[in-house]
Amino acid sequence: MTQMEYAKPRSFKELDGIFESAKGPLRFIAGGTNVVPDLRAGTISPRLLVDLSGLKEMAYIREVKGEIAIGALSTISDILASRVICDKAPLLFQAARHLGSPLTRNRATIGGNLADASPAADTAPSLLAMGAMVHTRRRRGKERTIPLDRFFLGPNKTILAKDEIITRITFAKPKDPSRGRYLKLGLRNAMTISVASLAVSLEPEGSSFGGARIGLGAVAPTPVRAYLVEKKLASGAMDPKNIEACAQLITKEISPISDIRASADYRKRVVAVLFQRAIQAAVNGGTP
Amino acid sequence: MKKTEVCLTVNGVTHHLGLSPNALLLNVLRDELGLTGAKYGCGTGQCGLCTVLVNGRAVLSCLTLAVAVDGADIVTVEGLSRPDGSLDPIQEAFLDHGAIQCGYCTPAMVITAKDLLNRNAHPTEPEIREQIEGTLCRCTGYLSIVRAIKSCGDRAGAPAPRPSPMKKSR
Repeated sequence: MTQMEYAKPRSFKELDGIFESAKGPLRFIAGGTNVVPDLRAGTISPRLLVDLSGLKEMAYIREVKGEIAIGALSTISDILASRVICDKAPLLFQAARHLGSPLTRNRATIGGNLADASPAADTAPSLLAMGAMVHTRRRRGKERTIPLDRFFLGPNKTILAKDEIITRITFAKPKDPSRGRYLKLGLRNAMTISVASLAVSLEPEGSSFGGARIGLGAVAPTPVRAYLVEKKLASGAMDPKNIEACAQLITKEISPISDIRASADYRKRVVAVLFQRAIQAAVNGGTP
Repeated sequence: MKKTEVCLTVNGVTHHLGLSPNALLLNVLRDELGLTGAKYGCGTGQCGLCTVLVNGRAVLSCLTLAVAVDGADIVTVEGLSRPDGSLDPIQEAFLDHGAIQCGYCTPAMVITAKDLLNRNAHPTEPEIREQIEGTLCRCTGYLSIVRAIKSCGDRAGAPAPRPSPMKKSR
């Protein structure tokens, strides 16, 4: 990073000005917990580092007309301190508690967690299971809304253009927040990167799994929805036989790799177990 | 590399520094300001030994660019004691409970505890354990460390009712 310059816009107008005058590749940074290690390791070497943390209007968590909106600059600690998230989106609360350590969570932002596009991004499975949308802004105020399941393209690759930033993440307030469960398996309980993670969200009390949504982490090149399993769940009865059959199917819907943390075979086995535990917990109202 | 003007208030003293964009807060504290309490451990955010308070919250100074915290109020372990040299209650508690072995993690552990106690005067043992989950002690003196932090909370008067979301101070 010998030639790197640094800019910290305080408004979207200033950000646009930076885009106009930028020469060479630029890189966005917010909390820095992913970008700084990458800079230090030399895996990225931008000419210009654009620090988004001065765009204070992007740090908020609010509920408006049945929708929860989280500004991209909200830190993971902000999410854990939010009454709205704790009470109304516990699926995200549970995931946030498993992201890094409190020291990381005090700086890491939800926008950064998604933009980094790690297959193991901790907030992604829960946001997928809640049908989250990613709202973005390009230069000169061009905005678009991207469903999260179309946002990730591969490991550390997203659909974002070079001048596009995440402004907020939104999702409909879950009808019954207790009918969801996030589970993460790591190599230890604290400070760990997922071997596999899974979030399940069910529709309010009923006799079928219609409307069930499943988000998965660390078992494919990106965080993914388990659409085949959701479909099969919905088409069958709300009974152990259906859950068992879906647990078999989920191992076929994922494409895990073997890496330093676990083998692909192991990941397939544990995802089936996590799925059964999470869905049972969701049926029981959040408790395992 | 082009230098950027950065203003940091560290332990109550304001410094104006010309820094490279890639200067890490940890290196600025240690090399420019001579505050060697925060330690370099892993450099990748896994050990927690570089922890300092930035605007009241414990953060990893080895993953924080100094330019990114321009204008911030920073407290290192050197800034915890009072002007007369007497120790902060959390430092006293670490001494009382022998929560120090080799001492390398101690500045970070004390600052990590301070972040929790600032928001939650009476943390439970699970809350303490969660708070220090990213701050490693290779001597594995965790039991004494947890007891020391707990004793600080116990000494701080009657526990207040605790709402369920995690408290934050801003």
